[in-house]
This record gives sequence, structure tokens and C-alpha cells, in this order.
Amino acid sequence: MAETPIPLEVRNIKKRFGDTEVLKGLSLSAHKGDVITLIGASGSGKSTFLRCMNLLEQPDEGDLIVHGEEVRFRQTRHGREPADWKQVVRMRAKLSMVFQGFNLWAHMTLLENIIEAPVHVLGKPKKEAIEQARALLERVGLTARADAYPAQMSGGQQQRGAIARALAMDPEVMLFDEPTSALDPELVGDVLKVMHELAEEGRTMIVVTHEMSFARDVSSQVIYLHQGLVEEAGAPDQVLGNPQSPRLKQFLAPKY
Amino acid sequence: MDVLTTWFHDLMAGNAIFTAQTIGYYWDGLVTTTQLVFLSLVIGLVLAVPLAIGRSSDRRWISLPIYVYTYVFRGTPLLIQLYIIYYGVVFFDGIQETFLWPMLREAFYPALIAFTLNTAAYTTEIFRGAIKATARGEIEAARAYGMSDSLMMRRIILPSAFRRALPAYGNEVIFMLHASAIASVVTLMDLTGAARFIYARYYAPFEAFLFVAAIYLCLTFAILYFFRWLEKRLLAHLRPQS
Repeated sequence: MAETPIPLEVRNIKKRFGDTEVLKGLSLSAHKGDVITLIGASGSGKSTFLRCMNLLEQPDEGDLIVHGEEVRFRQTRHGREPADWKQVVRMRAKLSMVFQGFNLWAHMTLLENIIEAPVHVLGKPKKEAIEQARALLERVGLTARADAYPAQMSGGQQQRGAIARALAMDPEVMLFDEPTSALDPELVGDVLKVMHELAEEGRTMIVVTHEMSFARDVSSQVIYLHQGLVEEAGAPDQVLGNPQSPRLKQFLAPKY
Repeated sequence: MDVLTTWFHDLMAGNAIFTAQTIGYYWDGLVTTTQLVFLSLVIGLVLAVPLAIGRSSDRRWISLPIYVYTYVFRGTPLLIQLYIIYYGVVFFDGIQETFLWPMLREAFYPALIAFTLNTAAYTTEIFRGAIKATARGEIEAARAYGMSDSLMMRRIILPSAFRRALPAYGNEVIFMLHASAIASVVTLMDLTGAARFIYARYYAPFEAFLFVAAIYLCLTFAILYFFRWLEKRLLAHLRPQS
């Protein structure tokens, strides 16, 4: 078959911290153009699940297949770890992550942040990377801030800059870990608008979020996690509009 | 005020201390001090970078020996280290027959070795602290963007740690300059050595040491301003834009 491989597939991910099992067997497949939102109360494991997808956390069990390539693991004294770190590096370059705390590199200007990984990880010529970075900065509305350092930008600007940094990798899948949770309410809109546009142009995205309107309007699939298990999953109209489980009903109910 | 001007007049014209010859001694001393401090700082810095990386390692068989080294060299007086290296090396059997002997016989090289090892120990700890203080999020971002450990060290951790370490390292440089004064006790004619010589020759302690103190002061200011300039350039990212 000439079909292109699925960008990201995870199967039966389990993870424990000490005695607590935080992920009890989670699976997901992100097809091209899917926008999957993970919702759930804090402690439900949604961020940990996302971090297992690019191995910032090592899952104790489960498979990870990035663009048709399965990540190999081996058992060591300290638990399971990837058998080939080169493979992990290669696979991470296909998934780029946007963090809650932005995590821009503080000693570099915004432009330097954006070209860093394309130049030094992907081996792109610097001139080309700078051109691409300028185009991305224009997209996220930060042309004027190219030479600013992260500490000189607002949270919203930093997060849009971080999204530009993620886009510069030409990723198969973009992972968003609560991208708006650390922002002042008036700055959230700008970031969501950029994410909305990305979804519309067919980017494959997995988003951990508390923004229910984003989940409803943008996503192709919503997954509600509870205590490390999928409690309910499906199209947003169905999961958010007509929740079946009492816990999800309660989670979605107005809080005040 | 009158007293001061008279004294100054005597100093410059009235007595025989500040002749072309004594100024020449001071100049030679300045050259020796500068060479000694500069070389030990440069070599110490080159040693300290890999040592600091090793010291930050999770593997104890790497970090522990480095810790022992820095602990010993920071835990004992530099003067004692200098004595041990200057007087002690003679007692290695056969060292007088090796190619090293012509160097070790001079006071300069034992002093250089002692100062280098000492400053490398302090600098290692300064860098280690700065490496440890790297923001966790920045390391995570580096991993998430596919950087290998060595690339991350080279591109993210070290550049950011060097900047953080700059003020503390500037202090270390000034410290080294002042500590170099003890090189004169092993017969090295550095700045302090020159001052001691002139003091002994003319029995003029006040003039001899005041003059050398002024030279140290000038050097210190030069270092201070160099580091201030460097910080202004390299720590721009920490300053909020006005």
C-alpha cells in the first residue's frame, strides 16, 4: 500500500511513580490532520500521558510508533528505557512540544530560539532557517520581537514564540501541554487563535487543555481521562455535548 | 595637606628610591605577575570546564574524585600548596634527571602549577553551581527538540551557565591576582617580590609597598571594568527591556 504511515500511535501506555500507577493502559492514534484534545481533572494523568509520547517520561509498558517506526525499549536495573537513544532523538525531532511554562532558552533571542533546533538537530543551513523563522514570526505576529530575549516578552508573546519554535521543526505531530494555563486571561486569546489557525491548515495536534471552548470548536476527537484511564472518548459534540459518565458530567458542569 | 605635598616631593625627587632602575624592577615584577596570573587563569579555566561537567555527573565514580580534588584544594591554604609543590617535588626519585627538572628548578613553574590547580578547583565549583542552576524547563525543551546530551551541553547548558557564572568568576580572577603576591615567598620576583627587594635594598618599606599596592589597585580596576563590560554584553538577556 502506498498509504503514508500514521504520524503517531501509542498503545497501552502504563506508568507508575513509586507505588502510584498514574497511567493504567492508554492508547491513542493520531492520523494526519487530527486534533486530539485530552481533558480531565488535575492528577488524571493527561500531562504525563503527553510527556510519555516524546519520552520526557519513560513509560513502564506500552508501544510507541512514530511515523511507522516503532521505538525499541530494553529492560535495565532502573526500569525500562529506550534501547537506542539515537532513535529517540530522531523520533523527538518529528514531534515538537509546546510547554505550559514556554521553556524558551533564556540566553538566546527569540530568533535564535527558533533556528536552534532546525540548524543543530536537523542540520538545516542557517540562512534558510532564518528565512523560515522570519516567516513563522510573521505568522504568530511577533516580527518586531525577533531580537528580544524571552525575559523581555510577555507570557503570551513567549508562548506564541514557542509555537513558532515548534513549527520550525516541520513536525509530524505537535504536542501542546496546557499551553494557556500559565497565561493571564487577556493573553490566552492570542495563543488560542494561533492554535486555531494551525488546526485549520491541517496540522496534526495533541492538546492537553482546560479550554473547553477550544476542545469543542477545534478538535476532531476529545478524550476524557480519569485516574489514568480513558473514561470517555469521541467526537466533541458527543463527549462534550452529551456526556455519558456521571464524572464527566460533573467535570463539565459549571463550577459557579 | 602641606605635609602630603612635601612628602610627595621628597618621594619623587628628594630620595633615591624611584630611579629608572627600581622602576625597571617593578616593571619586571609586573610582567612576571601578569604572566603567572594570566597563564594560571587560562589553564585553570580550560581544566575547569570538563571538571565541572564531570562534577555535575550523576555517576559517582566520575563526580566523586573531582569533588575530592576541589575539596582538598579549596580546603587548604594556597601558600601550603605552593610550599608542597615547590619544596616537595625535589623528593620524587629521579625527577632531577627528567626533562621537567629545568622547569621545576625555577620558582615560576611550581608557582604556576600551584596557582593553576588552585584556581581550577574554585572555578570548577563556580561552574558546577551554575550548571546545576540551569532551568529544568530549558533542559526539557532541549530534550523534546531532539538534542543529544552533548549537543544540549554545548548549546544550552554551558552557554547559559557561563553567563550565570560570570560575576562569581570575576571575583575569582581578582582573588587570584591578589593571591599571586605569595609567589614571592618562593623567591619569585613578581610585583610583591620586587617591592620586597626594593624595601630591603633602600630600607623604605612605606614607599616600596605603597607603590606596589597602587599597581595592584590599578590591575584590579582593569579586571573589574573588563568583567563589567563583559556582563553588560552577555547578560543582556536577564535585563528587562526599558
